[in-house]
Amino acid sequence: MAVPSYFTTGETIAYYALRVFVGFVLLFLISPIIAVMPLSFNSESFFTYPMPGYSLKWYEDFFFNPRWSDAVKMSFLVALATTVLATALGTLAALGLSRANFPAKATIMAVLISPMIVPVIISAVGMFKFYAQLDLAGTRLGIVLAHTALATPFVVITVTATLSSFDKTLMRAGASCGAAPHTVFFKVVMPLILPGMISGALFAFVTSFDEVVVVLFLASPEDRTLPLQMFSGIREMISPTITAAATVLVLISTAMLVTVEMLRRRSEKLRGIAS
Amino acid sequence: MAMAQAAANDGVMRAADGTPLKVALARAERREKVKAVGLVLPLFAFIILSFVVPILIMLYNSVYDPDVAENLPQTVVALKQWDGKELPSEEVFAAFVADMKAAQKNKQVALVGKRLNYEISGIRSKVVATGRKVAALDAAPFKDAVIAIDKVWGEAETWATIKRSSSVYTPFYILSMLDLRQDANGSIERVPADRSIYKDILARTLGISFLVTLMTLIFGYPVAYLLATSPQKTASILMIFVLLPFWTSLLVRTTAWMILMTDGGVFAQVLNYTGITWLLNTAGLMEGEPQLFKTRFATIVAMTHIQLPFTLLPIYSVMKTISPNYMRAAKSLGGTPFYCFLRVYMPQTLPGVAAGCLLTFILCLGYYITPALVGGPTDQMISGFIERAINSENNWGKASALGVILLTATMILYYVYNKLIGIDRMKLG
Repeated sequence: MAVPSYFTTGETIAYYALRVFVGFVLLFLISPIIAVMPLSFNSESFFTYPMPGYSLKWYEDFFFNPRWSDAVKMSFLVALATTVLATALGTLAALGLSRANFPAKATIMAVLISPMIVPVIISAVGMFKFYAQLDLAGTRLGIVLAHTALATPFVVITVTATLSSFDKTLMRAGASCGAAPHTVFFKVVMPLILPGMISGALFAFVTSFDEVVVVLFLASPEDRTLPLQMFSGIREMISPTITAAATVLVLISTAMLVTVEMLRRRSEKLRGIAS
Repeated sequence: MAMAQAAANDGVMRAADGTPLKVALARAERREKVKAVGLVLPLFAFIILSFVVPILIMLYNSVYDPDVAENLPQTVVALKQWDGKELPSEEVFAAFVADMKAAQKNKQVALVGKRLNYEISGIRSKVVATGRKVAALDAAPFKDAVIAIDKVWGEAETWATIKRSSSVYTPFYILSMLDLRQDANGSIERVPADRSIYKDILARTLGISFLVTLMTLIFGYPVAYLLATSPQKTASILMIFVLLPFWTSLLVRTTAWMILMTDGGVFAQVLNYTGITWLLNTAGLMEGEPQLFKTRFATIVAMTHIQLPFTLLPIYSVMKTISPNYMRAAKSLGGTPFYCFLRVYMPQTLPGVAAGCLLTFILCLGYYITPALVGGPTDQMISGFIERAINSENNWGKASALGVILLTATMILYYVYNKLIGIDRMKLG
């Protein structure tokens, strides 16, 4: 890559300096995630290169040791329930909020988004005490309810963003063709905002799947989720199985990222925004 | 029908059923509004019940303090007359003995001891022992007998503390989080310097958050600039480097840093091979091998890594909207590239900078996991102390008071964010 011929020396230096600096920052961003992955194939239980040999035993432990596999199952269970609840509640709310002149919209929105802003330790401690009085602490339902509260802001934000460029005359067109409101929603609105809904659902899933502080307080010892298992594992003694768990989680988040990006492009195409 | 027709001639526009159009429109709009509210209501009610109410109840614990008032009721009444100078009278001791007997029967003595122990360290076991021995006292005079059980009851300070904590509501927890306390007369004073620790914790939390925000800005701004000005194809590829960490769980990233930063781990190896260790040793900034694990440095690095996308993405989305024509115009008017950037481009990016930095600062204030795993004991932030107050000390008053302070700081910044940027303009990814 050559710089344009009209660049001054100063501009040329700035041009290359910027690229070198950005290269360094991007390396900083990606390298810790990449560097941990090969360590999960280490045949010995330490965390330095070069590795003496390769082995899949940490993956074997991760997938077949009930301590880990039960935690994975538990995480999926909680995250799926959270996703369903959060997506339904969040989408409905976003639909309401996007209607013209909604009363006290800014305040309502600020309340609905607050679970994302309030430090999670405060949410966790408050919910722990409150749910304990309702006999919900230590139950799966308690965790799902708590995670749903934490996850809905992401659904509200993504669906509201999608709806902001949604052409509302389409709803009137549907109604004037004789469709009932729910028919208009399922046949006209939903196909168009579906990418936003799925993005929101994925955010909700990830929020629950990665969450550790609330489960630290709310989960019973038998109901450990994967992050909780990792967290308590790390605090006691780092087992190399954690590197295998981390690698699997990175792969899952990569899949999520790819899906969301594809959805975003599709949504932009659907709504006629040239990318 | 006749009426509708008669009315139709008065010049008012009417809907098909004969109601004036204005009324029909207002009615339709009201119906729309009710429908919209109905859609939002389920989530709103859910958030209030499962999230807002629990937090409010928890915060209430920071001023609600019933342990002494409920378990030493007669003592509290008797102490009302006490001037706080000499030891209390025989009456107070008699009430105290009666209260302690009842508390011993209800197994509440330990609660009283725990509460008093927050203000007079070491008194807990003395209270518990007194509770056991007080049953043997059944005839006046009680004063000397109680002091004989433990001489802590012969100190005016003990009784002053009981009197101070005798209200169901107390400013004690909140005051102590600000390193303040009430003296025997109820006026507020600073605690001695050797016992004032909370100011440090607050300053540390703000300091780490500020430093991390600054680092993410320094690292994020150039990246956002390059992403926003590069051709679409290059930008999409570079964007993966930003979005992949963004989507990777906080715990995984913290774990990664923890593994890399262990003593003699990969990070230290990199420093050794690149000669940075040698350089720092020569410059006298470091001695021997890098010791990174459980340090402030590791905490800042890991937090900067985790927060970088949060600062970067809002800046990027603002930069995307800035037309390159402004810079061209500025240059054609004779500005040097640096001057044009400083005076024309940068001011336009400030809304993005404000949005990104505020968001990062707000999120940093609440960090718990990362300092707990990669930081040392002196790198723990407010959240860490809240966790410890509950799980290790079982002191809900203290945890709630710390929560009040953390939440107040967060909410003020959230309000500023809302006013400045608007919460409905927040975007993800």
